[in-house]
Amino acid sequence: MSPDASPSAPRPRPRARHPLAIALAVVLPVVAVLANLGLGAASLEPSTVVQALIQPDGSLGALIVQTVRLPRAILAAILGAALAIAGAITQGMVRNPLAAPDLLGIHGGAALAMVLAMVLGVGGDRVEVALAGAAIAGATIYGLAATGPGGASPLKLIIAGAALSALLGALTAGILILDDRSLDDVRFWLVGSLAGQGWSALGRVLLPLLLGFGGAIALGRPLTLLALGDDVAQGMGLPLGWVKAFAAATVVLLAGSAVAVAGPIGFLGLVVPHGVRAVVGVDYRWILPYAASGGATLLSVADLLARWGLRPLELPAGTMTALLGAPFFIYLIRRSARRSAPRSPSLSSSTAPP
Amino acid sequence: MTSPHPWFALRLPGLRASWRLDRRVPRAVGLLILFGAIATVIHLTQGDYAMAPPALLETLMDPGGDRDRAFVLGVLRLPRALVAVAVGAALGASGAILQGITRNPLAGPGILGINGGASLAAIVAIAAWPGVGAAQLSLMAFGGGLVTALVIYLLSWQGGSSPTGLILMGIGITALANAVTSFAIAFSDIYAANQAMVWLVGSVYGRGWEQLGPLVGWMAIFGPLACLLGRELDVLAVGDDLAQGLGSRVERGRGLLLLCAVALAAAAVATAGAIGFVGLMAPHLARRWVGASHGGLIPVAALVGACTVVGADAISRIWFAAVELPCGIVTAAIGAPYFLWLLRCQGSQSGDRP
Repeated sequence: MSPDASPSAPRPRPRARHPLAIALAVVLPVVAVLANLGLGAASLEPSTVVQALIQPDGSLGALIVQTVRLPRAILAAILGAALAIAGAITQGMVRNPLAAPDLLGIHGGAALAMVLAMVLGVGGDRVEVALAGAAIAGATIYGLAATGPGGASPLKLIIAGAALSALLGALTAGILILDDRSLDDVRFWLVGSLAGQGWSALGRVLLPLLLGFGGAIALGRPLTLLALGDDVAQGMGLPLGWVKAFAAATVVLLAGSAVAVAGPIGFLGLVVPHGVRAVVGVDYRWILPYAASGGATLLSVADLLARWGLRPLELPAGTMTALLGAPFFIYLIRRSARRSAPRSPSLSSSTAPP
Repeated sequence: MTSPHPWFALRLPGLRASWRLDRRVPRAVGLLILFGAIATVIHLTQGDYAMAPPALLETLMDPGGDRDRAFVLGVLRLPRALVAVAVGAALGASGAILQGITRNPLAGPGILGINGGASLAAIVAIAAWPGVGAAQLSLMAFGGGLVTALVIYLLSWQGGSSPTGLILMGIGITALANAVTSFAIAFSDIYAANQAMVWLVGSVYGRGWEQLGPLVGWMAIFGPLACLLGRELDVLAVGDDLAQGLGSRVERGRGLLLLCAVALAAAAVATAGAIGFVGLMAPHLARRWVGASHGGLIPVAALVGACTVVGADAISRIWFAAVELPCGIVTAAIGAPYFLWLLRCQGSQSGDRP
């Protein structure tokens, strides 16, 4: 159920607090991470995995788990959570079911900044660079689409995002055309991949991610109010400008960090919040933690499939999320177009009152 | 849109059709042809091998005179400049039609997924068959563009085609195509990857007479058809219901026009790659100049597009000769800021008519 569903309809008791839902939200990511530890080029028995986690005995299996799989699995789970939360906050902030950091050009900004820094030789693995790129792209998209007369209608915001993504993509491609070696280095990363990442990568992005997760915890209540519309939220005492700026900063921290490590992984931030809302309803205090769980599960599964599904070939995880997310995106578009057909409330009209 | 400028009618004797054109159209056409001619002459005469304009004329009149000059002009520069002109014209006309069909000034061949689909097909061909010939490549791209447009049209069909649905579906399909494209780039060898990047940005580098032929052929079929059908766009502009009431066969007109626009854009992308923002930008400049009536808008937009691309290619060839910057980067660098500025200025009153 999306937040713009009719507010007058009687709502069932929120399912978010159902013990089964909570149990699934806890268990699924753990299972996904454990599967990531056990499955791979060398499949390990569950007992070996547990043994390696509790009491590493220096055997080959324990070594694989400890040095290769565990860091990558943890990283996948954390980045998946970050991307899903960033998507949920974006959708709540602009009240647009089709918004997501990747579609709005925020991923593109971070990727361009990383590629630029790398070609110029000023540290292509620095997370600040990606954060700066994400922030500039985010500010651009919001400044352009929101501050014009009439504010940002959902359709306009999405088109602006597509145009900005196209520009950033063209600039990235342009830089890479001029520099073959950088192209060779980054083209796998440009699809979105966790290959070869470990603790050091996690260490680089830990601080911004922690800040971002902290911001997300604080944003649960304001975003729920925001879903009622700017006027109502303001009437209930919400400092709109501050909340939106804070939400935008959180999105930049989460999405920028994820891109800095794993590249512009798409569709995760779009898909997960929708799935979560269908289960837990409209309360962002519940949507955000559930989105974290869903994102962690989904990216873990995507990375597992990418690593293990077509072995010995290793695919980028971004391909998996795209294959999974794009059909869902198309379904969403069809649904929102169908809904908007008679009176065009959801996408073709502006949410901002005239 | 009411215009303070008077109209005149254009009737062709042999044809049962007439156009009601804005009085400003002839002057705009004249000025644009002049400007395009100047840009083409600059393109032809400047560069590493510079020559004076009289020498250009001399060589064109008598190709047997100076062998070097004849080679530089006849083999290298003239076909490239003409390809740039034709590509720009096709993109400009396609953009004007698409904006008319979708009733949204923010649409364009790029937003609607034609570029994405065409370049996806081309890049898959580049990656799968190393050393694929230019002719097969452009055939693949042309087919890819057409198929993508068909998919978008069918997927957005819900008891009728809707402009908003077309745009959103285009963005969705573009996102999917981009994901697959970067996947193909990641798994091709580095030379193919570089070639693919150039294709992704769009360049007329190294295009010769053999590429110009098919492009002009497609334009000769669909250009006049588009101009004939342009009047239908003026009827569609009042909204589906009213247009139907006025006796217009809405779906048939929209389908045919979409075919024209797609064929023109696909032919352009098949020749030069996904040169961005020309199809978006040219119709806006044209509309500013000659008003929104499509009879005059389509040819003027085509001319603006031609001037833009030949100018952009002159800039990239003359100023960035050392790195052979693809002209698509120049058009993106000029076009994207203009477009985003336009988006900002555009109130919801004209940007989001459903």
